Amino acid sequence: MLLEVNNINVYYGAIHALQGISFNVNEGEIVTLIGANGAGKSTTLRTVSGMIRPRSGSVVYKGEDITMTACEKIVVKGISHVPEGRKIFAPLTVRENLEMGAYTRSDRSEIAASMERVFASFPRLKERINQLGGTLSGGEQQMLATGRGLMSRPALLLLDEPSMGLSPLLVQEIFRIIKEINSQGTSILLVEQNASMALSIASRAYVLETGRIVMEGKASDIANDPKVKSAYLGI
Amino acid sequence: MQQAASKTTPPTISHRPPLAWIGQGFLLLLAALAVFVIVKNMIDNPPLFIQMVISGLQLGFVYALIALGYTMVYGIVKLINFAHGDVFMVGAFISFYSVAKFNLHQWPAMVFPGMDGLLVTIIGTTTVILISMVICMALAVTIERVAYKPLRDAPRIAALITAIGVSFFLEFFGALNFVFSPRFIPYQRPFDVVAWYIKDGIYQVQPGQAPPEGAITFSNIVLIIMIASILVQIFLQFLVRKTKIGVAMRATSYDKQAARLMGINVDQVISFTFAIGAAFAALGGVLYAIAYSSIWTQLGILPGLKAFVAAVLGGIGSIPGAFVGALIMGQAEAMTMGYISTPMRDAVAFSILIIVLLVRPTGIFGEPEKEKA
Repeated sequence: MLLEVNNINVYYGAIHALQGISFNVNEGEIVTLIGANGAGKSTTLRTVSGMIRPRSGSVVYKGEDITMTACEKIVVKGISHVPEGRKIFAPLTVRENLEMGAYTRSDRSEIAASMERVFASFPRLKERINQLGGTLSGGEQQMLATGRGLMSRPALLLLDEPSMGLSPLLVQEIFRIIKEINSQGTSILLVEQNASMALSIASRAYVLETGRIVMEGKASDIANDPKVKSAYLGI
Repeated sequence: MQQAASKTTPPTISHRPPLAWIGQGFLLLLAALAVFVIVKNMIDNPPLFIQMVISGLQLGFVYALIALGYTMVYGIVKLINFAHGDVFMVGAFISFYSVAKFNLHQWPAMVFPGMDGLLVTIIGTTTVILISMVICMALAVTIERVAYKPLRDAPRIAALITAIGVSFFLEFFGALNFVFSPRFIPYQRPFDVVAWYIKDGIYQVQPGQAPPEGAITFSNIVLIIMIASILVQIFLQFLVRKTKIGVAMRATSYDKQAARLMGINVDQVISFTFAIGAAFAALGGVLYAIAYSSIWTQLGILPGLKAFVAAVLGGIGSIPGAFVGALIMGQAEAMTMGYISTPMRDAVAFSILIIVLLVRPTGIFGEPEKEKA
């Protein structure tokens, strides 16, 4: 098992944001967490990547407890978090943004090879290589954020709302690339409000509601569940 | 007609206070007066004017070295590090001890007897400066760890007040007899100041002899300060644009959380920023002491504050801004000393701060608060 999250409880002040969440990601899988706004999806990702600490419970990655490991050390271990809202570095060029993604690595030629791989997935970024991150369009920024996340050569990629604010066509494009990244061997934990897209590419899914997991199973089963259909798929 | 016109144009809301024109008129008048005084003197006595410009450059380039530290630290932790001017002072004192007590400026001559005198001076002085830089870097990193880091998530005003506290601590702890000294100390220079004058050619000023009327004089220390400061500026541009740690500094200054997600150790980057700023302040401190030849523990207050004004004038957070702002401050001060009166220099310097804050609070190169999507 690649990632195992055991019964984590997270508080924001007095607010009990995650109430005993457990899930896991196997090697090579795309796992998605779906749920409404404020269900705790982003909080879950932030806990995995070490940005926030759970009050109890544990996060185990490749058999190692990383619950209390510093955010920047978790990156070295092989988890890369593409945060909600992209958070690209606006005053840095596309190239510099990607270089920052590879901050924990030092082999120049291998970093260059990774950058070429990112450009193969996102040719648009190569055209904009010397442009400032802040001048990119929303879709390009998402590509940059995802590409930057891949620059650390993660074994597990955490993606937070990659489709947010994008046109339907771009959403399709992004999801196609996510599948491609996965097929090249990176496991993916995907958080999405666009549940139908997420379920279409994921192998397993968890449904979050106000800080609890209320349903879990194969993505195709979840997609056919009548309750999920009415609540998240709008069918 | 008038009514028709006012109907078609939507009413605009004026945010200007009703009597703003009084203040603006006053500022314009002030600017006109300054330009008049400078231009008139420039025409009346060009050599004197150039002399003023040179002394302004000397001040300005020293301020630039200090202002870089203010602006870089502000860029990354949004803190006005008021202790920065005192790090400058410590730099001057360390070099004083290196020279006066340990004779470190002469070490190459002791290790390699028979070495060329000029080479000894260059290597020895460089050593003295490097020692000051390293000790000040350690001092600044310690200050950051002990005083500012615990307050990083506290409201900004808490860290600001702490910075003022650290500043006072350095000044008055340094003034203890067993630390530095409560008195002014004559500074022993690691090399002699040589001056030249320009009048129908360049001649060296002989000791005890005044240069002739109407000559322009300059000294080796002015040249060293200018060269050092320009080199530092170039080095910093290189650091920030071309090196990994430099790009990480810019990334961290833009978004600390995102920087951590890249695996950037934000604490290390912040320490590094403080260290770099302190190194340049120490360099400035040594050169300042060599130029003005007398030191005491409150030596850093005024240059520090003026460098701070320079950083604000240039646009705090901007490295080229700090440089340009410092040069303007140096000239303003030199012109005041030359054409108005020496005691007025500080008043003019801080008037500039007030005027910048009134007219363009973001400074010359500053951008309005960045928007985050």
